[in-house]
Amino acid sequence: MMRGITKRIGSIKFSCVSPDEIRKMSATKIITADTYDDEGYPIEMGLMDPHMGVIEPGLRCKTCGCKVDECPGHFGHIDLAMPVIHVGFIKDIKLMLESTCRSCGRLMLTADQIEVRRSDMSGMRDLGSGTIDIKNFSKETAKDASTRGVCPYCGAEQIKIKLDKPTTFREVDDNHKLTPKEVRERLERITDEDLRTLGMDPATCRPEWMILTALSVPPVTVRPSITLDSGDRSEDDLTHKLVDVLRINQRLRENRDTGAPQLIVEDLWELLQYHVTTYFDNQTSGIPPARHRSGRPLKTLAQRLKGKEGRFRSNLSGKRVNFSARTVISPDPMLSINEVGVPEKAARELTVPVHVNEHNIAKIREMVARGPEPANTSAGAYLPGVNYVIRSDGRRIRVTPRNAEEVASNVEVDYTVERQLVDGDIVLFNRQPSLHRMSMMAHRVRIMDGRTFRFNLCDCPPYNADFDGDEMNLHVLQSDEARAEARILMQVQENILSPRYGGPIIGAIHDHITGAYFLTHDNPRFDRFDAMNILSKLSDIEVPKPFKDGDGKEYWTGKQLFSIVLPKDFRTTFKSSICQNCKECKRDACEFDAYVKIRNGELLCGTIDAKGIGNSKGKVLDRIARDYGSDRAAKFINEVTRLALGALMNHGFSTGIGDEDIPDEAALEIADFNQECIDKVSELVESYQEGTLEQMPGRSLRETLEVEVMKVLGEARDQAGRVAGRHLGMENPAVIMAKAGARGSMLNLSQMAGCVGQQAVRGERLSRGYWNRTLPHFQKGDLGAYARGFCSNSYKSGLNPTEFFFHAMGGREGLVDTAVRTSRSGYMQRRLVSALEDLKLTNDGTVRNTVGTVIQFKYGEDGVDPARTVRGKAIDLDDLFAEVLGDEANVMLHMDDRDVGDDYGSREKDEMEYTEEEESEDYEELDADYEGGGE
Amino acid sequence: MAADNISFNVLKHVLVPEHHLLSEEEAEGILSQMGMTRDQLPKIRSGDAGVRVLESIHGPIAEGRVVCIVRKSETAQEFVAYRLVTKG
Repeated sequence: MMRGITKRIGSIKFSCVSPDEIRKMSATKIITADTYDDEGYPIEMGLMDPHMGVIEPGLRCKTCGCKVDECPGHFGHIDLAMPVIHVGFIKDIKLMLESTCRSCGRLMLTADQIEVRRSDMSGMRDLGSGTIDIKNFSKETAKDASTRGVCPYCGAEQIKIKLDKPTTFREVDDNHKLTPKEVRERLERITDEDLRTLGMDPATCRPEWMILTALSVPPVTVRPSITLDSGDRSEDDLTHKLVDVLRINQRLRENRDTGAPQLIVEDLWELLQYHVTTYFDNQTSGIPPARHRSGRPLKTLAQRLKGKEGRFRSNLSGKRVNFSARTVISPDPMLSINEVGVPEKAARELTVPVHVNEHNIAKIREMVARGPEPANTSAGAYLPGVNYVIRSDGRRIRVTPRNAEEVASNVEVDYTVERQLVDGDIVLFNRQPSLHRMSMMAHRVRIMDGRTFRFNLCDCPPYNADFDGDEMNLHVLQSDEARAEARILMQVQENILSPRYGGPIIGAIHDHITGAYFLTHDNPRFDRFDAMNILSKLSDIEVPKPFKDGDGKEYWTGKQLFSIVLPKDFRTTFKSSICQNCKECKRDACEFDAYVKIRNGELLCGTIDAKGIGNSKGKVLDRIARDYGSDRAAKFINEVTRLALGALMNHGFSTGIGDEDIPDEAALEIADFNQECIDKVSELVESYQEGTLEQMPGRSLRETLEVEVMKVLGEARDQAGRVAGRHLGMENPAVIMAKAGARGSMLNLSQMAGCVGQQAVRGERLSRGYWNRTLPHFQKGDLGAYARGFCSNSYKSGLNPTEFFFHAMGGREGLVDTAVRTSRSGYMQRRLVSALEDLKLTNDGTVRNTVGTVIQFKYGEDGVDPARTVRGKAIDLDDLFAEVLGDEANVMLHMDDRDVGDDYGSREKDEMEYTEEEESEDYEELDADYEGGGE
Repeated sequence: MAADNISFNVLKHVLVPEHHLLSEEEAEGILSQMGMTRDQLPKIRSGDAGVRVLESIHGPIAEGRVVCIVRKSETAQEFVAYRLVTKG
């Protein structure tokens, strides 16, 4: 198909329509308010006149002679008996009435002032001012002119004009109502030259056109009537409104012509104004919206365009697409991070167009002959079929099992064939809400059994997906250009490093980290059977030489196995997540095996955990992605996660409520300390009541008490955590998960095992409920620990009724906060995106908008892609020093200082971890309900 | 800096970046160096407090002049931006 460009649109200008133009483009004049006659045929010169297009199949349009889908529809018009004001232009009309003389119609500025204004305006145009600037400038011109009380040309005294919302003008001094007719007369008097000064082009828009003398009637195709099941006709809201306009228009004309009293004519005129106003916008403030018989407000022109469900946001910016699929997701750790498992059923519906040429014609014929539902091979392998064949003339032929053979023999070069998905096809995969670019990434297809989309668990964080019923969308790319672009820019491996904080967002999670911990911590030994069992998860690897123990038995160490997946020349040094932050770091000799040292691709010491391979923190991952490229990084993630899972399965891992058991004496110790703290609180309260409490600077006595109490009770919880932590050692699975960074925190554990602690609402102890007390279980005015929401029990031991209630109060605040946060941040994001959507980075490094105006002289002021930064810094100097100067570089000592440094990368990360902690699973379902909670 | 007719010199405030008025030649040079036309530059209003201070030093500043702003940057230590003076 040739698609040459013969004509190009240079520019589009939006302007007002003149009454002449309305009549000229009208296919018919509408005079009767009736739509159909008794036989159900549309009445000529009625609102459903067949000159305005057809909606019933089989009929022909009386204007163009086309059938239903071919006729675009034609406008009609209504001649209004008396002119009415168009609400949409009310502000402009007011401005023009005020700035021009009421008697001579000239703009009330002296010739000099006008000259200055005009030259300023052309100057602004030359300096690249946008239409908005020009608009504001002309508004100022009009404001200047309107402040003058006397016309400089005819000397007429001006009377202030007031606008009674929405459409009535009034001269202030004698309360004389300006009829639309008078307004129109005034506007007619304004000269073309003055209009130009006011920023209007008189050739395309005269102000008097803003007062309607003729009303354009949209084609029937715009307001189709629907035939209900009962056979009754139901008209569109716009038609209803037009019927009202016509009816009143008719009555107004009759009354005027028969010389009815002025009062009646004016009333009808106002009614006509009301109907025309609501026809344009049924939400005009100041007038009651026109309603349907059922009481539902009518959806008129403005309502069709405005807002989320309007034409712009819902039909023009947002479109429904073909070649897409949506289903539930589930995990598959054996897929590569770049893959997505597609169920066969979906794959048979989704197609890729293939152009037939002489080289592939034989293969394509074979594929077409298989039809749309080919049987899989005897081995059960999936075979792609063909759903449609598109001939060179553009005709589509549906392939069915019956005609497949015949269609196949007819396939020729230059045909296009819509082939079903096969393994390796590039598709886009997306999960809403699409908040950042990693919410939509390109994957390679893998056809699988089952009915769900499947992907590697490492891809969960960028999509923010879990498998509690989440659904995701898949889009099949239809052109070679799109596929190439998606592969190079959007593939998962290209997005491992997040542009948000310059670190990996894709990496090991949960069990991967626990697995890596078991594989490397304290360097366990694996005999041949276990080692091979673990390594069998990897393909294409070189098995290192085993060690031999005293009895001559072969064994491999965990660190040795881990090193298999590292690049051969890899080197790095860092402290792992289990690091105890000792005062003096013993480095290689760390007794907790927390000092990670990798040289020449060999893990010499240290434990690999969240800080090593975890998403967002993994240093090993970070360096591989940065230094060895995305291919290597994807390979590393695939291999290291499988290795970790192998190790975890070999070791075995489970956790249960028993993991939070602490010995009786520990429980007693916690209880004792809690009691001590509670007594301390009572003492504080007593001293407060006696007035012996020492006031803190800048705080009231009451606030001082609260601060002191919070301090004491915070100490109680921390102490409980410490005692619990002492009895929950590194052999405890829950502790391993928390310390290695897989899931959960020590705070969670101490709340389960030790003491839940003080509950808070708005950062304060609970205080509301009944008069001077939180619950009727307490004395009025009790300020003690228990009365104000302290939970001395643990989740495991169980909260007592009052504690439970307080805990629910604190929990509710959390829920409300997340709900409020999601809706508010959603709207914030929307505004941000609409402000930034037309910006792009140009080849010269500047950021410009679509007009070409510079927004930023250099992208990010340093021209650096944040995804390629090291946590926000363009280069990592410390790391370079370490590489050049070797292990003994002094910078190693500063390693910790850097980690707590206040660069924005780390700030961002802290915040992220914070929110991660906040959002626990049970809240997520509720989040979904609040999504899009309105603007 | 003598800012007689202005009660407070905003340019002396820590949070206000340096503003410099470029001569016509300098402006032309910078524009050709960056391959831009005047209308593509970001704008600064002639009523802007910074421009008013500059006016108290250099005398009236016509529209179409270019102001150079040097500010501290989190990513690049120092960053130079240009603004076109417009009416307003």
